[in-house]
Amino acid sequence: MTIAEIVFYLLAIAAIVSAIGTVTVPNVVHAALFLIISLLAVAGFYILLSSEFLALTQVLVYGGAVATIILFGLMLTRGGAALPVVSAGGQWPAGLLAAGVVMVGLLTAVLDSDWPRDVNQVTLVPIDQIGRVLFRDWLLPFEVASIVLLVALIGAVVISSAEEGEA
Amino acid sequence: METAAAQIPLQSFLFVSAVIFSIGLYGVLSRRNAVQILMSVELMLNAVALNFVAFGAYTDPNFFRGLIFAVFVIIVAAAEVGLALGIILRVFRNRATANVDEVDALRW
Repeated sequence: MTIAEIVFYLLAIAAIVSAIGTVTVPNVVHAALFLIISLLAVAGFYILLSSEFLALTQVLVYGGAVATIILFGLMLTRGGAALPVVSAGGQWPAGLLAAGVVMVGLLTAVLDSDWPRDVNQVTLVPIDQIGRVLFRDWLLPFEVASIVLLVALIGAVVISSAEEGEA
Repeated sequence: METAAAQIPLQSFLFVSAVIFSIGLYGVLSRRNAVQILMSVELMLNAVALNFVAFGAYTDPNFFRGLIFAVFVIIVAAAEVGLALGIILRVFRNRATANVDEVDALRW
């Protein structure tokens, strides 16, 4: 077993266990912390796939911004009570069944298909190449994404700010 | 260039991605708290991005398309989190609950 395989299995265990923790623990704050662990483990996968740029983006955006926003939302919606402990809804058996069916289907498709084996073509991508491609070949989607972010930001401010005369 | 990923088959990444996606789906279907549902959606989006990067790394010799797609997935996920938490805060202010099964009035 090579070092890469050991790292992969450790990351896989961390990602899957913390993902299960995210959706099963009753304490919402603990769920958010599990989510951060899972997202950081996925960042480790990105490093294994030799795309360091994406791993850094993942840590910055998810580990920093998204985690902060989610914890902020938890803090603002707990309503002065203690830590929010929310039991699972009554439909969790149906959810488990549906998710199980989807997982069996996906895993069957993954394991039964013939994937390309030319794995030696995985190459390290220099970050300046990413910048060139992003601003030359993908310029229009990039600009549209910036507009999407702007609209989402303004929309979030408008939606969450109270209007006059409203409860 | 020989890299670390060359020793791990593509299936392994797809396997982990499928498992995380299914866990996220279970969370979306079974949780009551809207913030927890949002976290489960983040798990699903992350699994999809991991899929994109793995496919890009193994099948696209230039390696860029999967990576660029993953970047856009992260962008959309960030926009979605901000917007969804604005909506959740608004619902919480009006209804004093963040549980989706208690927000069932079509009008009042």
